Amino acid sequence: MAELIITGNRVIDPYNGYSGPGTIHISGESIERFDPEFISDLGEFENNVRLINAGDKIVSPGLIDMHVHLREPGREDEETIISGCEAAAAGGFTAICCMPNTRPVIDSQEVVRFIRSRAQYAAARVFVIGAISRGIAGQQLAEIGDMVDAGIVAITDDGKSVMDAQLMRNGMEYAKMFGIPVISHAEDMNLSRGGKVNEGYQATVLGIKGIPSVAEDIIVARDIYLSKFTGTPLHIAHISTEGSVKLVRQAKEEGLRITAEATPHHFTLTDDLLKTFNTNLIVNPPIRTQRDIDAVKEGLRDGTIDCIASDHAPHSPEEKDVEFMEAPFGMIGLETSLGLSLTNLVHTGLLPIETLLKKMTAQPAKILSLPYQGFKSGAPADITIIDLNLEWKVDKAEFKSKSRNSPFIGYELKGKAVYTICKGEVVYAESHIT
Amino acid sequence: MTLKRGHLLDLESLTAEEITLILDTARSFREVIDRDIKKVPTLRGITVVNLFFEPSTRTRISFELAEKRLSADTINFSKATSSVQKGESLKDTIQNIEAMRTDMVVIRHSSPGAAYFLTQCCNSKVINAGDGAHSHPTQGLLDLFTIREKYNIIKGLRVLIIGDIKHSRVARSNIWGFRKLGAQVAICGPSTLLPYEVEKMGVDVFTDLDEALEGIDVLNILRIQTERQDAGYFPTLREYTELYGINSERLKRLNVGFTIMHPGPMNRGVEITVDVAESTDSVILEQVTNGVAIRMAALYLLMANEPIPSREGVLS
Repeated sequence: MAELIITGNRVIDPYNGYSGPGTIHISGESIERFDPEFISDLGEFENNVRLINAGDKIVSPGLIDMHVHLREPGREDEETIISGCEAAAAGGFTAICCMPNTRPVIDSQEVVRFIRSRAQYAAARVFVIGAISRGIAGQQLAEIGDMVDAGIVAITDDGKSVMDAQLMRNGMEYAKMFGIPVISHAEDMNLSRGGKVNEGYQATVLGIKGIPSVAEDIIVARDIYLSKFTGTPLHIAHISTEGSVKLVRQAKEEGLRITAEATPHHFTLTDDLLKTFNTNLIVNPPIRTQRDIDAVKEGLRDGTIDCIASDHAPHSPEEKDVEFMEAPFGMIGLETSLGLSLTNLVHTGLLPIETLLKKMTAQPAKILSLPYQGFKSGAPADITIIDLNLEWKVDKAEFKSKSRNSPFIGYELKGKAVYTICKGEVVYAESHIT
Repeated sequence: MTLKRGHLLDLESLTAEEITLILDTARSFREVIDRDIKKVPTLRGITVVNLFFEPSTRTRISFELAEKRLSADTINFSKATSSVQKGESLKDTIQNIEAMRTDMVVIRHSSPGAAYFLTQCCNSKVINAGDGAHSHPTQGLLDLFTIREKYNIIKGLRVLIIGDIKHSRVARSNIWGFRKLGAQVAICGPSTLLPYEVEKMGVDVFTDLDEALEGIDVLNILRIQTERQDAGYFPTLREYTELYGINSERLKRLNVGFTIMHPGPMNRGVEITVDVAESTDSVILEQVTNGVAIRMAALYLLMANEPIPSREGVLS
């Protein structure tokens, strides 16, 4: 007997290519049954069943953000696994993947187990991504096999590039044995050293050392070649340049197993904004030019870029409320990712809502082989209900994240998650909806 | 007329009228500093903090003198002897100093935007005395002043800035300032030291010095730092001097009545030879003298529309 029933006119299931009316019966942590019809009168059901009539709102499988920095262990003042998952739920995400640059680094089975046990009772599911190299130091491989045993879904040294091509090659060869992909943070660290913003006209005017787009392009090219050579699937994190979008497109045309993600800030913000010296705009890779934004959008449109990920990177006020050159890279994104995507990609007509949701559900699930299958009997009951037309303003005081380092504070967005259901439980409901 | 702004952060955002106002005001102060008693009561009762996070001789002394000549009380802060060494942040530093009721801050800092940051975390009026490679507005203004004194008009002059444009706040401030007053600005240096898309700032870009010198009226020669050689921007100082050093031999291509400027400190024999630096065409020491007048003007104009006792103080 179902305990929660969700019905709606616009159910979109990117896993099974379904878009139409539907009713989802949920029992415990999984979906009991899916019927492709809308039930306008839920009166027939028992009183002890919770009913949600989504009406014309979008009912989607739970959103997945495959690029999140939870600061636990190490910087629990900035984010914990619990607070990060609450932020995820508020943003419509039922699953997030956490990056390994914690302190200690996720490079051993113990840290993986710690995170997974902490996440057990969190508002979202956490899939762990391990380090390629021990301590993310780029010297020797981490205990990848051991970490796979503990449940990691991919490896990356995110935050840094593996500058030693031989080590990257070994990481790929090694990951292949376990059937997990390698995620590349593409940045030639000799070219980017000392840089803080995109190397362009704005950096020239402001006198700030730039990170050239070629620093990303070179490593994307290198890693595509290494992936081709080793046969290991490669995922490009936070793609930000026109050049690397082209490289990924070519690789896909060649039939290589290359995927890529883009962040909302990389398809929204240009480096012109830097003249405000707002340290919340400092992010790596840097926000770039209109030309790059156009290329990223085209990549999202033509399928070169498979998914949207936030690169949620919390930082404390002590770290960000400093001189420009002193501030660390990173901005939070879990709670603005969907709103920015709907506002800038869907409402502008660039992507149909079905395509956007695919990039936020089925595609990341496929890249990382996550156990999702959409609205099917027995599938995990992770669901997001989205009001496409809800207009809202990003409010600093509303963030569930422990950090506030968002350059989007004050932005007016259109579209928001109004219900987030994880493991059959309503973990987030927009306050004005009851 | 007054400056309609509370801070002096860069030249990019100033209008030609505002720049002209500062230059005109500086002329009155230039007379003051040539007097026997080089002091006016204009900023009596005002406290100015000189917050220097980077070493400086000229700018620091120039500001301090300007403040003293205006009868302000001055506080000198230097990073090395402060609680910054104990890890105190810039924000805490300024808020604590300001809690002692100071009125203005002059800041020199290695981070671009540091002066902007100060305006957001304190109530004082802020003057940028150099923020990284971004801006050094009073240097730009004193260069304009010096040239205007000599030629009477900036419009139509051809100005060439030579050297490490990439890391130079002086270059950027000169580009904005001279262009706003109608001069034609060109830059010249090794391509490794020319920043990305610098031509969009409205300058002609050269890498060949002799070509660049053709028909130039004003030459502003930047200091070349030896660290740039270690960082691989050019092979050796010897080669740099060979390609970009200014010596009297090279100056034949300049217009009659040309002017040599250098913001200091000079590397004699590297970017400029001694005979050029000390020639009658050089205004290098004149720049330094004018710097005090410019800073007096900036301090005065920023405080001029404030309701403070010292406002009664007059120039004469």
